[in-house]
Amino acid sequence: MLIVKGKIIKGEYFDSVTLMLLSKEINKTEGVTDSAVVMGTKENKSILETSGLLIPDFSDTTDNDLFVCIKAENEKIIDGVLGNLDSLFKKIRSKNDDAKDFSPKSLDSAIKILPGANLSLISVAGKYASREAMKALKNGLHVMIFSDNVSIEDELELKRYAASKGLLVMGPDCGTAIINGTPLAFANVVNRGNIGIVAASGTGLQEVSCVISNEGAGISQAIGTGGRDVKKEIGGIMFIRALQALNNDKETSVIVLVSKPPHDDVLEKICNEIKNIKKPVVSIMIGGNDEKIKEAGAIPASTLEETGLIAAALSKGKDIKSIKTDLRKTEEEIKALASGYSKNKKQKYLRGLFSGGTLCDEAQLIFKDTIGFVYSNTPLNKDYQFSDSWKSQQNCVIDLGEDEFTVGRPHPMIDYTLRNKKIVEEAADSEVAVILLDVVLGYGSNLNPAEELVPAIKKALKINPDITIICSITGTDNDPQNRIYMKEELENAGALVMRSNAAASKMAAYIIKTLQNN
Amino acid sequence: MSINELFGKELKVINTGLSSFAENLKHSGVPTVQIDWKPPVNVDPKYFNIIESKSGEIAYANRKATDIILKGMPVLTGLDIALNVIPGMKKNLILHSGPPITYDRMCGPTKGAIMGALIYEGIAKDITEAEKIASSGEIEYAPCHEHSAVGPMAGIISPSMPVFIIKNETFGNFAYCTLNEGLGKVLRYGAFGEDVITRLKWMEKVLYPALKKAVDKTGSINLKNMIAQALHMGDEVHNRNRAGTSLFFRTIAPAIMRTTDNFEDAAKVLEFINGNDHFFLNLSMPASKAVLDAARNIKYSSVAVVMARNGTDFGVQLSGTGNQWFTGPAPVPDALYFPGFSKDDANPDIGDSAITETGGLGGFAIAAAPAIVQFVGGSAKDAINYTLQMYEITAVENNVYQIPYLNFRGTPTGIDVIKVIEKSLTPFIDTGVAHKNPGVGQVGAGVLSAPIEPFIKAFEGFVETLK
Repeated sequence: MLIVKGKIIKGEYFDSVTLMLLSKEINKTEGVTDSAVVMGTKENKSILETSGLLIPDFSDTTDNDLFVCIKAENEKIIDGVLGNLDSLFKKIRSKNDDAKDFSPKSLDSAIKILPGANLSLISVAGKYASREAMKALKNGLHVMIFSDNVSIEDELELKRYAASKGLLVMGPDCGTAIINGTPLAFANVVNRGNIGIVAASGTGLQEVSCVISNEGAGISQAIGTGGRDVKKEIGGIMFIRALQALNNDKETSVIVLVSKPPHDDVLEKICNEIKNIKKPVVSIMIGGNDEKIKEAGAIPASTLEETGLIAAALSKGKDIKSIKTDLRKTEEEIKALASGYSKNKKQKYLRGLFSGGTLCDEAQLIFKDTIGFVYSNTPLNKDYQFSDSWKSQQNCVIDLGEDEFTVGRPHPMIDYTLRNKKIVEEAADSEVAVILLDVVLGYGSNLNPAEELVPAIKKALKINPDITIICSITGTDNDPQNRIYMKEELENAGALVMRSNAAASKMAAYIIKTLQNN
Repeated sequence: MSINELFGKELKVINTGLSSFAENLKHSGVPTVQIDWKPPVNVDPKYFNIIESKSGEIAYANRKATDIILKGMPVLTGLDIALNVIPGMKKNLILHSGPPITYDRMCGPTKGAIMGALIYEGIAKDITEAEKIASSGEIEYAPCHEHSAVGPMAGIISPSMPVFIIKNETFGNFAYCTLNEGLGKVLRYGAFGEDVITRLKWMEKVLYPALKKAVDKTGSINLKNMIAQALHMGDEVHNRNRAGTSLFFRTIAPAIMRTTDNFEDAAKVLEFINGNDHFFLNLSMPASKAVLDAARNIKYSSVAVVMARNGTDFGVQLSGTGNQWFTGPAPVPDALYFPGFSKDDANPDIGDSAITETGGLGGFAIAAAPAIVQFVGGSAKDAINYTLQMYEITAVENNVYQIPYLNFRGTPTGIDVIKVIEKSLTPFIDTGVAHKNPGVGQVGAGVLSAPIEPFIKAFEGFVETLK
């Protein structure tokens, strides 16, 4: 019988990542099956409840209390860990404190320490993020809100206020941006150049900027707006303003738009704006209708890779006609190559395990055109919604960055544990032919993904040597993880590494198609 | 600043949240400051709207209060017996530290010190009798703070004890405090043995008259200047008073030699002051009290004029909320203990000495006192960071009290309860630790962050005055 026991510590506060690391540390203890170290918010209490870690003692506590809950084989093990907590905290704190200079507690004093501060990057829990963002705006700072779970009313208020002051609000739920050559939050180290990007999609921005950089072109600015900006309620406030700013920016000569399909009203506003822009505009509305954009004078692209290739060519003043024919040629090559990977008649299915939401969407669009709709926790077609996100069925793709997987756990770009577990599980299913993975590099992501992923790939291939593991890498050679190194490591482990998410998805699709035709 | 202006500028980032983002930015060479963020205190968000709507009045009132605090000029004008000078003092009244408390709720050290004081006063002949009288109702108790006085630790002032008289020359108000007995087994830490009583008697019969005559001879001694100098010499005048005591000794010694009837008494008095590094504490405390009392009763001011503990409760008073106390349980300090003692022996925090922090000294000025950093984690940087943090919750920087290491920046002065709540950051206080049982005395010294509860209540009480 497993038992659960815990402790409340008053007045301690650590950010969620630190706490997850602490929980990971506790889980290493022999006999501990699960643990959670979380702040005592209502949300966290309900998470604890669902994971069976809530203890009655925790009912009368506040947001400022820290909970430590441990599930283990016996009480002695738990008491051992709880007794050792002080030294665990000390370890974390001393790591934070080592030769650390004074950290201000508030924006007012941070501004005093850093005169001329011009951007506030906010990643505190969603319910506190709006207040911090408004403080920054009132002090004349531009804002990037990484936090999610900010209400749409707050988002609207912040963006309206910012717009009235000429300030930028990126997010909420903006995972990536590159401002003045600086990667912010989850972003890649790309060349500087003359291509400006506005994106309502995080990994979409990352993939496009990496393709551009790997083509030898560069980025002037890459502005994230958060996915909701192009919805009806927000009305594209920041998308439009970012677009205008890039139009006015002397360093930008090509503009790229990346988004999921905007609301019709917003799309119309974007189109009206494009009509006034003399610079070439390349657009990808992942899964959207390109007619209006095309009418407005933009160049539509069908994949993130194509978007990047077109923008790179335009930025160098090259002809873009050859790009579509080149891509078609590549697709034929992939098709031919794919037949060599259908090894075993029993195999039928494709399983995509994604860390990037937009990459997962793009893959589904490519599948739709080749093998039809696939099941997912974020399906294109509602009929293909998983009944249980934890159970794969037929051809399917899983976005592991969705809430059901990230509550109480770091994002899959940081922590590969869950995805590695799933890779091995899928490999053990004899009906699975292809496992498709995205590997996102850059700041913010896991600094050594090869070390995480390679053992899982090897294990999967050992369990089922007939399986094909296809990867794409979103990254550059200047990223801290290094794209070339990552590619070599994955290939040495036996994975097939494709040049883009689109190419990887096509490869996967054609292998399945070949199997279907056999 | 428009979006296009941002494009042309060097990016400078303030990061709130995941510290890895700040590390990455620093790695890319971007000037970045990480905010050590904490969720705000749980209070009704409506309160902030009310505050916002009265922000002009509050700013004006706080300006007024802090002007008074900065202009305050505490001087030692003389000594007398408590009964003669402390307003409202009477024969059956004993003053104690912290907010009001009934005898049954008093902590061990306070009860011990009261029993000792009853023996000292001759009201009780021994401890058994003292205990009976103390709880009989014959004796009345009141906070020092309600009688223009302050007392360290148990803070007991009984009618015949000698006290320093401090005048705030700018505003004309007075403050009073007993003479410091030294460290270890002393009344203020709850000890009441024979040696304790004997020392108190000697202080009354020898020390007091000598000092009284000497001060009369030298004339008023400016304590503000002396505290400012002590800060430059490594004191924060709460847990370290070595420089202040030395400065006082230098000032008073010639007068003591001239006015004391016999050399042996003069030598003993000088030895006593010289041998007690904390002698000056009983001057830095009433100096702070005299300054802060002048800033009381300013409508709409959210500045604290008192922080005090009685060993059971921690109490706060604000300028804008009159004589109302806001209290919560006093915490046990994080301390270094004398050999043979541990946290289990410690009484919860006690004493009026937090008046020094309230006035911009003590824990708020700990960056000036590198010699006592063992209390705050061992490195000088820790001490500096504590002082730097206190600027977050204070209204102004002191014009006279300065921190040499911080380029003579004025100490953080005037605790603003609104900032305390907004930033979820409570005052940082230096303190001594008393044994929880009566009769034992001091067991350690250390630091603590004030509990949040009294500040939440003070904040709510303050908002009530805005309605």
